[in-house]
Amino acid sequence: MPGSPSRLTDDLKHGLDAPICLTWELTYGCNLACVHCLSSSGRRDPDELRTDELLRVVDELHDLQVFYVNIGGGEPTIRPDFYDVVDYAVSRGVGVKFSTNGSTITPEKAQRLAATDYLDVQISIDGALAATNDAVRGDGSYATARRAMDHLAEAGFGPFKISVVVTRHNVAELDAFEALAAHYGAQLRLTRLRPSGRGADTWAELHPTAGQQVELYRWLVDRPGVLTGDSFFHLSALGEPLPGLNLCGAGRVVCLIDPVGDVYACPFVLHPEFRAGSVRDPGGFAHVWRGSELFRSLREPTSAGACASCGAYDACQGGCMASKFFTGLPLDGPDPECVRGFGEAALAAVAAGSAPVPGPVHSSPVRLVRKPAG
Amino acid sequence: MIDPARPYGLDPQVALRREPFGALAYHYGNRRLTFLRSPDLVRVVQDLGRHDSVDEALAGSGVAPARWPAFRAALDSLAESEVIRAR
Repeated sequence: MPGSPSRLTDDLKHGLDAPICLTWELTYGCNLACVHCLSSSGRRDPDELRTDELLRVVDELHDLQVFYVNIGGGEPTIRPDFYDVVDYAVSRGVGVKFSTNGSTITPEKAQRLAATDYLDVQISIDGALAATNDAVRGDGSYATARRAMDHLAEAGFGPFKISVVVTRHNVAELDAFEALAAHYGAQLRLTRLRPSGRGADTWAELHPTAGQQVELYRWLVDRPGVLTGDSFFHLSALGEPLPGLNLCGAGRVVCLIDPVGDVYACPFVLHPEFRAGSVRDPGGFAHVWRGSELFRSLREPTSAGACASCGAYDACQGGCMASKFFTGLPLDGPDPECVRGFGEAALAAVAAGSAPVPGPVHSSPVRLVRKPAG
Repeated sequence: MIDPARPYGLDPQVALRREPFGALAYHYGNRRLTFLRSPDLVRVVQDLGRHDSVDEALAGSGVAPARWPAFRAALDSLAESEVIRAR
């Protein structure tokens, strides 16, 4: 290709004029209380953006030529103005992909979604079996998600996405997820569990083991068609790189707008340290993206720090910033799930209780009361 | 393979966004994002629709003939990603 011989990832590290991948969470309200929820969602925050403010954000994204947004929450579809916002975004050329637990996707809503262009739907499940899923997402949530998938298929929506957070308990079900997606003509999307939100409390028992990470890596290498949101780039240190951008995009190519309009470097770092500003500030979102001190510092060259002497650093780039931050690890050291094992050693050195606590918490904390097994 | 003697243009479903390294191209139909990593290439792609052939667009954009093979190859891969198409 004509042009500079530099790598694409080097270009992207300096940041873009507007994000490529923007996650927009519309509400902290949710009828579920998943034990790994990255935004600790439950109840709506009274200060969430009003409809007119949401539409103004869409206008801004249009002006910035943000091609599409990933809408989530919380459960975004519980907002009464959800479909108004989606329709307005699509009408302004901002494509929408939204994540849902499926609970509001009735046959009528599925028909409506199927009739809308530039719209992708992503149904979340965290187990191919009801028991595996419901242990994380709550009783009955698997059946609810499957019903939504049935409705979308019956409405002729086309290839919707089935979105799975990979955990220690569902790695064994990867083939079953693939079969489920094939059954619906859907696309499978796997993403990485982060110790964010309520995940901070459950990460230690839910994140895949070292052996499972190797298994997952091999499974993904054999299936380049499985979507990952480029979230497993730390696994690229195991061999050939996985498809996608192998770098942390926080503040460079991705960011998050939360339900009250706060802008964070990525969806997994809801913490004051990574808050860049608010869409309610003068200058709006564009000013935050281009002018925030935090984002500018994230676009500076980073030091490999403790990873400098590791031959795999070029492949894994030191891993995920959010995973390091919420496990109490320094940002210029190994990822807690470093495939060379340096993360485990680093975690052992973190003093108990010293890891940052996710927040501000906008919903009252909700804990699943799990029935004893048996 | 593209035919450099024929006219091409940006696919009507594609939006280009200028960036410091060149441009991003997003295809609303197949949802694919493509990186154009050279401002010269971006200029050629934008000009394609105004010329009767690919080579005419290259000449019109002031690309030195020695670089034409590399540009044709780049345009070839853009055609494969459905960023540009024959008119």
